[in-house]
Amino acid sequence: MTTTPETDPGPIRQSARAKRATRIADAAAGGWKIVAIKILGLGVVDAIAIYALFVLVRSESWLVAGLVVAVTLLVNWIYFSRGKLPAKYLAPGLIFLAIFQIFVLLYSGYIAFTNYGTGHNSTKADAVNSLLLSSQNRVADSPNYRLTVLEQLGEISFLVTEPDGSVSIGGEERPLKEVNNAQLEGDVAVGLAGYTSLGFQDILGRQSAIAAISVPLTDDPNDGMLRTPDGSSAFLYTSSLDYDEAAGTMRDKNSGITYSDIGTGAFTSDNGQELLPGWKIEVGLDNFVRAFTEESIRGPLISVTVWTFAFAFLSVFTTFALGLFLAIVFNDKRMKSRKYYRIIMILPYAFPGFLSALVWAGMMNQEFGFINTVLLGGAEVPWLTNEWLAKGSVLFVNLWLGFPYMFLVTTGALQAIPEELTEAATVDGAKPWAIFRFVKLPLLLVSVAPLLISSFAFNFNNFNLIYMLTNGGPRDVSAGVNVGATDILISMVYKVAFVGANRDYGLASAFAIIIFILVAGIAIISFRRTKSLEELN
Amino acid sequence: MRVNNKGLWAVGALTVTASLALTGCTAASDTADNGAGTGEALTVWVDADRAAVLKDAAADFTAETGVEVKLVQKEFGDIRDQFIAQVPTGKGPDVVIGAHDWLGTFVTNGVVAPVELGDKADAFQDVGITAMSYEGQVYGVPYSIENIALVRNTALAPSTPATFDEMVTMGKAAGTEYPFLVGLDPEAADPYHLYPFQTSFGAPVFGTAADGSYDADALEIGNAGGDKFAAWLAAQGAAGVLNTNITGDLAKEKFIAGESPFYLTGPWNVPAAVEAGIDVAIDPIPSAGGETAQPFVGVQGFFVSSKSENALAANEFIVNYMGSEEVQTALFEVGGRAPALTASFEAASADPIVAGFGAVGENAVPMPSIPAMGAVWEFWGVTEAAIINGGDATSLWQKMSGDIETAIAG
Repeated sequence: MTTTPETDPGPIRQSARAKRATRIADAAAGGWKIVAIKILGLGVVDAIAIYALFVLVRSESWLVAGLVVAVTLLVNWIYFSRGKLPAKYLAPGLIFLAIFQIFVLLYSGYIAFTNYGTGHNSTKADAVNSLLLSSQNRVADSPNYRLTVLEQLGEISFLVTEPDGSVSIGGEERPLKEVNNAQLEGDVAVGLAGYTSLGFQDILGRQSAIAAISVPLTDDPNDGMLRTPDGSSAFLYTSSLDYDEAAGTMRDKNSGITYSDIGTGAFTSDNGQELLPGWKIEVGLDNFVRAFTEESIRGPLISVTVWTFAFAFLSVFTTFALGLFLAIVFNDKRMKSRKYYRIIMILPYAFPGFLSALVWAGMMNQEFGFINTVLLGGAEVPWLTNEWLAKGSVLFVNLWLGFPYMFLVTTGALQAIPEELTEAATVDGAKPWAIFRFVKLPLLLVSVAPLLISSFAFNFNNFNLIYMLTNGGPRDVSAGVNVGATDILISMVYKVAFVGANRDYGLASAFAIIIFILVAGIAIISFRRTKSLEELN
Repeated sequence: MRVNNKGLWAVGALTVTASLALTGCTAASDTADNGAGTGEALTVWVDADRAAVLKDAAADFTAETGVEVKLVQKEFGDIRDQFIAQVPTGKGPDVVIGAHDWLGTFVTNGVVAPVELGDKADAFQDVGITAMSYEGQVYGVPYSIENIALVRNTALAPSTPATFDEMVTMGKAAGTEYPFLVGLDPEAADPYHLYPFQTSFGAPVFGTAADGSYDADALEIGNAGGDKFAAWLAAQGAAGVLNTNITGDLAKEKFIAGESPFYLTGPWNVPAAVEAGIDVAIDPIPSAGGETAQPFVGVQGFFVSSKSENALAANEFIVNYMGSEEVQTALFEVGGRAPALTASFEAASADPIVAGFGAVGENAVPMPSIPAMGAVWEFWGVTEAAIINGGDATSLWQKMSGDIETAIAG
């Protein structure tokens, strides 16, 4: 941006205020230093963008490259043009928002419509590749062929010294052919006239090409192929799977079964057997349908949803009740040393939640925990292993963790209620309880209700507490599903997605969307209802 | 003026970081691409413990072959999931360190490539190679072998017990608070530590196919021996010998405090006991059901990514360097885990504790790496805990066996 004003004010007299405004505008427009800083900053940004572009174009990521170009141009345009002050301040934030929030949200939403999970995490080409790779078996007791890699006019050949000392040459689709004019070093052939022998460095430079070569032993492919894992020795392999690219089918040579792509994301035989790995496909609403129809998921989903609501509601209710009670008590001027009590009250709030949960889990050990051994004199109360006690313990620990927050919030809100209202009510002859019930509480709720709703949403997804305290347990071993009595929706999603050998990211994302809809729905309804409270004012 | 200046500075800084972050998403892939793509450097994921030793081995490798090795430190537990997530995108490492029981998931997801050990296979201990194999194919180079054994406080119990009952009798005679210690979880017991007792009743998890690999279709856990084991669990739970309130930490603490002569654990807990001045001996795990008590063995090793474009260099690195006696011995010295290479193991066996665990390991079986094992873990421990805590042994055990079967089929 330029520092000289566009039109010379000339001799026109300005008021003192206008002069001051011009000065401020000039300062905001900045001197040459600011222009230099701006050019430097944008230069760095552009340099990084150009570097990234080179890389992206080389790896043929056209979409991302296009985005980088667009964003870079936009950033340059915004900061080099005049005006656009709001955009100058908003652009960085918006870019962050797009990368870290919107993209992540859309992507996890997209996962819910795929079969992404164990055995389905890549493309079909990758699946074919790794099936073929793992179906190659070294022929039992096949010898180790000493190998020299040769090159002629860009074509790679294998010069192998067979265990019996004879030397042969062959290449991709060129079966081994015996030669007798090879240069030997000891009893290993290391070169052949007309060919260049590749050293280890040369081999490394072309290793993916060399690793992909399989040299047929004879004209009959069933005799096996020579492949090299390290460039200096070759082994004989046979492949048990055959990929027919035209038909898109996989054939198992040993059993004769043909596996074809029937649109389920894996090669499947006629009798329904799948070859894994498969690949990722879009499955539409399948995951949502499964969540509500498959008995092994639907059963726990319902009971877990009910408990999630109960847990979130009771947590908010108990913490709010205790916090409010203490706030009223400590608000009373007759209470002495209130400052010190308040500090102690805040302590649980100052500990990291997951740490406290872990400590509580130790204290609630049935036999060695502090509560049973010291407080209850050795009674063996199964705090965390009995279904109902575990639910109670979870609520209790959450109360311990959560009341200081409510205490803080309500203390502030109570002090904001004018004393006159209480006095007026007293003059009208109201008893303290009535004052609280009809004057203070409604006024308090106006300011606190939104916090209660957000606290509800927080507890709805309070993964830390459940995971660290009970890990969802205790499990009902006769239920036959991996869901415990204190599992809430989010910890159940975690178990679906990340616990056990068979992960199902698609189903977990579908659950996440369902949870989002639930929480959003509750929040909208509650905020609507709190509006009616505001009419009290 | 000053205020404005600051504002502009802040905006400039924000733009730079935002653009950095934006390009960072792509630039990060680029650096990894350099590793996997151009054949210039080998990217290896390794945990902090092993990084130091690998650094020297990698330097040797670079000196000899000119291939640079880039070691990336990861939390051991994170390696599995990140590897599975990153390989399909083509941006993962060339080589990772890992545990053998991850192998089934790796193969099912198509992220590992077979490794050809050639004649070198004979130089490793058999159990190491078996563990690194999946459906007859070897996928990794083993470097360490680990199993549990009975650790005995020689001051409290002078001789080796032959059976579980004899051990309990000796434990009671020692007059300590606990006759026998094993860490269990109140929720999920610990099938890993209880497995040797289960096998001593002739109830392995899976039957084996002709080639010695585990057969997911032959679930053995619910056989007659399994029922006997369940009944035994209930009896030991009632007698208080097995106690799900004694967690792993508590068991260790109490053994170190000399409150029990016997402790069923792995080599990882022995140094603490030795430091506490306890004279320990490593004994075979006493049989509870009459047959040999076979613990699980865990093997750690190196795997190659199926999408590595440095396949030759990666194989050269893990087979010929990581598989060398020098590196295997060095890895043992830093981590204390028994080496998988027979020659290194023999050298390490000069230490009686390593030799003791190794002797028990001779009877051990590799932990199944087939994906069906995931379904077993899901039900196994909680059922054991329920039985120890007084549940009906036979019906719970059969229910578990049925649930596992359904989960595997489903």
